[in-house]
Amino acid sequence: MASALINVPRKARRGDVIEIKALMSHIMESGYRHTAAGDLVPRDIITSFACRYNGKEIFRADFFPAIAANPFMSFFTVAQESGKFEFEWIGDKGFSETASASITVE
Amino acid sequence: MTFPRAIAVAALGLAAFPLLADEIPTNERRSGYSFMSADTKAIQDDDTANPGMLWVLDGEALWTKKQGTADKACADCHGDAVASMKGVAARYPAFDKTLGRPVTLEQRINLERAQHQEAPLLAYESRDLLALTAFIAQQSRGLPISAGDDPELAPFIAKGRELFFRREGQLNLACTNCHDDHWDKHLAGSAVTQGQPTGYPEYRLEWQTLGSLERRLRGCITGVRAQAYDFGAPELVELELYLMTRARGMTMESPAVRP
Repeated sequence: MASALINVPRKARRGDVIEIKALMSHIMESGYRHTAAGDLVPRDIITSFACRYNGKEIFRADFFPAIAANPFMSFFTVAQESGKFEFEWIGDKGFSETASASITVE
Repeated sequence: MTFPRAIAVAALGLAAFPLLADEIPTNERRSGYSFMSADTKAIQDDDTANPGMLWVLDGEALWTKKQGTADKACADCHGDAVASMKGVAARYPAFDKTLGRPVTLEQRINLERAQHQEAPLLAYESRDLLALTAFIAQQSRGLPISAGDDPELAPFIAKGRELFFRREGQLNLACTNCHDDHWDKHLAGSAVTQGQPTGYPEYRLEWQTLGSLERRLRGCITGVRAQAYDFGAPELVELELYLMTRARGMTMESPAVRP
C-alpha cells in the first residue's frame, strides 16, 4: 500500500533554496474519541518525523494528537551537493516508515 | 398584443427554456473548487500534496493484483487503465442492462468482482473500493462529464431530479433550496456551493479521508434531519445520476480536495 508522497526537486543549482514536501498516510487517531459503546479509541499517531540530507539531519518535528490525518510537511533547505534525502516517520503501535528521494546539484 | 397572443408567446418562451427558473444556467455553473481558499486549491493542484493520491496509488496497485477464485486482476481483461478507463468515470452512473437500472462506478467495480474475479464484494467506503474508484476516476481527470447519454437512463434521471426538488426532513429542505437558490451565500463560515459532483471520490479535510459522493449526499440528508438512504440505495444512485447530468460538460477533477 502506498504510504508516502515525496516532492524533492530532481535538479537544483548549488546554493538554491529548495522546498521539500512529504505526505505520509496515517489515520492520526487522537486517543480522545469514544466508540458508540463508550470505549476509548486508543491513541494511534505519528510521534516524530525527521529528514536527513546525505546522512545529516536537516529537519525534525514532533507530532501531537491535534495534527490531522495524513500529515503533510513542507520545509526548505539549501541545495549543497548531489545526494539523497531520507525521511523517517515513527509512531504509536510500532509505526515506522521510511522514504527517500535523490537530488542532482550542479 | 392581444391577451391570448401574449400567453401564446409566453408559452413559446417557456418551451424554448425547458429549465425551471430555479436551475443554474449552464454558463453560471461552478465547481466546488472555485469556492475554495487559495491554500486548499494548492493542496488539490499538487499531486504530491493531494492526499487523494494515496488512494490512487493504492488503486493502481490493486488494478494489477490477481484476486478471487478466478485469480484474475482487473488488468487481465482491461489492460492499461490509462487507455481503457479513460472517460469511464465521467459517464457513470451508467445503465446496466442485466439489472435494468443505473449503477454507480463503485457498484460496477463490485459487479465485476463478483462476475469475473469471483471475489468477495468490497464494502462501501472501504479503503480498497475507494482506492479502485479513485484510480479509475483519475483516468477521467480533465475530461468533460458525459453521464446520462443512454436513453434508457431518462426515467432514472427524472426520479433523481424529483428527489433533488423534494423537500424532506425536519428542516423541510430540498437540495435545490440551497444548491440552486443560495449557492453564492454562506452557511456559517462555509460556502454553500452548487453541489456539482466534479471530483469524486474526493478528499474532504472535514472527513480526514477520501469519500464517495454517496457519503457526501448522506451527510447532506442527515443535515436536513431526514433519514439517510443506505449506501447503494436506488434513490442515492438516481440522485447521483441527476447530479452528474446537471454537471454535464463540466471538467472532472478526481480526486478533488474539499474543505
